[in-house]
Amino acid sequence: MRHFRLVPDDTKINFFKYAYVTFGGSIVLLIASAILWATMGLNFGIDFRGGTTIRTESEQPVDTGAYRSALDALDLGDVSVTEVYDPTFAADENVASIRIQAQEGEESLPASTLSEVQAALQQVDPTLQFTNTESVGPKVSQELIRTAILAVTGAIAAIVIYIWLRFEWQFATGAVVALVHDVGLTIGLFSLLQIRFDLATIAAILTIVGYSINDTVVVFDRVRENLRKFKTMPLVDVLNISANETLSRTVMTSGTTLLALLALLILGGDVIRGFVFAIFWGIIVGTYSSIYIAKNIVLMLGVKRDWSKKDPKAGTQFSNIDA
Amino acid sequence: MLYIPLWRRILILAVVLAGVLLALPNLFYSRVETANDARATIETGVTNPELEAQAALWPSFLPSNLVNLGLDLRGGAHLLAEVQVEQVYASRMEALWPALRDALAAERDTVGFVTREESEPGILRVRISDADGAQRAVEIARGLAQPVSGLTGGSASSLDVRANGPVLSIQLSEAERAATDERTLLQSLEIVRRRIDEAGTREPTIQRQGEDRILIDVPGVGSADEVKALIGTTAQLNFQPVVTTTSDANADVGTTEQLAPDASQEGLYYVLERSPVVTGDELVDAQPTFDQNGQPAVSFRFNTTGARAFGDYTAENVGAPFAIVLDNEVISAPVIRERIPGGTGQISGNFSVEESTNLAVLLRAGALPAELTFLEERTIGPELGADSIRAGQLAAVVGSLLVVVFMALTYGLFGWFANVALAVNMVMIFGVLSLIGATLTLPGIAGIVLTMGMAVDANVLVYERIREELKTAKGPARAIDLGYSRALSAILDSNVTTLITAVILYAVGSGPVRGFAITLGLGILTSVFSAIFVTRLLVVIWFDRRRPKTIEV
Repeated sequence: MRHFRLVPDDTKINFFKYAYVTFGGSIVLLIASAILWATMGLNFGIDFRGGTTIRTESEQPVDTGAYRSALDALDLGDVSVTEVYDPTFAADENVASIRIQAQEGEESLPASTLSEVQAALQQVDPTLQFTNTESVGPKVSQELIRTAILAVTGAIAAIVIYIWLRFEWQFATGAVVALVHDVGLTIGLFSLLQIRFDLATIAAILTIVGYSINDTVVVFDRVRENLRKFKTMPLVDVLNISANETLSRTVMTSGTTLLALLALLILGGDVIRGFVFAIFWGIIVGTYSSIYIAKNIVLMLGVKRDWSKKDPKAGTQFSNIDA
Repeated sequence: MLYIPLWRRILILAVVLAGVLLALPNLFYSRVETANDARATIETGVTNPELEAQAALWPSFLPSNLVNLGLDLRGGAHLLAEVQVEQVYASRMEALWPALRDALAAERDTVGFVTREESEPGILRVRISDADGAQRAVEIARGLAQPVSGLTGGSASSLDVRANGPVLSIQLSEAERAATDERTLLQSLEIVRRRIDEAGTREPTIQRQGEDRILIDVPGVGSADEVKALIGTTAQLNFQPVVTTTSDANADVGTTEQLAPDASQEGLYYVLERSPVVTGDELVDAQPTFDQNGQPAVSFRFNTTGARAFGDYTAENVGAPFAIVLDNEVISAPVIRERIPGGTGQISGNFSVEESTNLAVLLRAGALPAELTFLEERTIGPELGADSIRAGQLAAVVGSLLVVVFMALTYGLFGWFANVALAVNMVMIFGVLSLIGATLTLPGIAGIVLTMGMAVDANVLVYERIREELKTAKGPARAIDLGYSRALSAILDSNVTTLITAVILYAVGSGPVRGFAITLGLGILTSVFSAIFVTRLLVVIWFDRRRPKTIEV
């Protein structure tokens, strides 16, 4: 039986042929992401800006207008009410999500205010149930922002150091550019679609970082091997051969991971959909960046090829500080 | 070449078998849970046939550790509270005042009269009428201090006393503050634990976090408010002499007096002597009861010192009112009719039965040394948690089926080897999670599903490598061998980097995110084991039996 192949054997794709489209396109998208981030901003969840979210469930259809006017009377500042849709909900499962800004001078929402809110909502719909209430005070949200920034930069730094130790600095640079690309595009998409950005999204971004680097490393590992094997071949060809040789694996692994995630995205419920969506998107851009971004950087920077001879241009053994 | 020594084969099988045994209890979750609960009860000495029967539901020779379900899957309340440690400074100064007054009064000849001055909380400010005695007064005040062992190991004084002319400012020293903060937090932790235990909740987690925070996870409660009602009140009970009553909320009171509102009557305020006669610290017991009018009340009993102080005070002040003050609200202010000996008494206010029961619990568990501020709270309803488990399970099953079919289509027989390894991987994740008592959260389930997709990666790397090695036509045995050895560096490098992110996530994350880091990290370790050892063993066993001339990967 012939096995099914996602990628034919012996591909000879020139991944640098349309570099101005792929690499250039990525740069354009990155800039677009930065602009989106700057203009539209991220839809921060309460983890990062403090406040309260209440999830309501009812057998009656959700009437966001009625909920909002019931809450307006309480004078709670910025209140948003959104209906939550999900294919896994039963017919009589009507879910809404209510977000209330952090209250002046308070940390988490006081019990008395919460019961007022619940009473006001139950006036609108007596069958309303409150299945999830989360409240984060400004103090904690400030700390969580710091933690999140620390986590993402720390993870990227740790990975770069590892790659630098295992490979050359050119590879580490290529890897970090690819990571910034992946994280940047994810933030851009989250700005564009205004998906809630919270602690779980940070976890997703770290996962993307881990996955993307995983892909990049596999290609780099092969580049390293081929650099030793084909000592005189131009770098661009070595990079192309390596990418072609690992293409089948790259696509296979991304394929199985995306398949598993697809099941989670559709069936896993709305609570973690944002989280799964971020990872799903990140794996697509991560796979792309390991083929089209990381290698380009290595090509631009060049790699020292022959380890046995001294560099003829080098003056003394001390002048080659990069080695 | 393609040879795995017998000891290694046995070791691999033993590890897999251990994984299966450890994961097994999770398949019978509720049954094992009941049995474990019953055993725990029997261990405390209680036993009856019903408990014995429940304990027998799960054989004792099998492992009985279960994966803990996180609050987002089981439902429950999560609270992060900050202990207002500075409040203790103020009450320490309050307690110091009578002692200082008496000590200075004894030296009236040198220091003159002593009056207390208005000051910010945490500082005790006194004025002496004879400024020349300031030196002596400072000495006396310093004499009231105790040595504290400072952070540097040397000992320091607990009080910081300064004189500015005839005015003395006394506050806790730096070292004493640090020591007090630590003590306050530990006390608060203990009292929160006692209160939650008294309420009989199941498996609560109460942990210290950082310098001045307490993290409280209580599974199974419907709302965080229930927990807050229990731990949010300080329950500082004081018995204070009443000076007078007023209806003015901003009434001017002396420096040794305080204004407290009536708990049930709006617009009624009491002017109280600030230093209490007896405090709740002296209580040894409190029980809900009913007073002579059939209203809910709380009866209490003092320890010996409390009983004596209470008896002496009531004997000297017959006919005067005194106030029972709970957290700065006057619950009731009866008039003393006669000396109350024996140190027992009753508090009646406008309680409901529930309130009196709660108050008794709070008084028994003791007062919190300082107030708690809630920085973060999350409540997840059990139905939502159950929905999440269902959704997660369904997605995991569908996801794994997709991966299994995909692998079988792509690699045929070798794909099935990888699928067996995938199953082993899943089982081992659950085995290790149970063994270390880790908590499974909803993102944790996502981590498992993600791992399923990524777990085949190591096998894919090997298989793709075998395919390539086959092209150079060295024969299948050599190709398989080279495939495994040459793919190893890529497998290690790529997994170490993912492991780094998992470790960082674990370090900085909390709750659900940490659950994700655990399953992701464990998944990486078990997937490398199952890809490098398990599939290799399968491939080698198959190859030894069949000795195929050609293989198709």
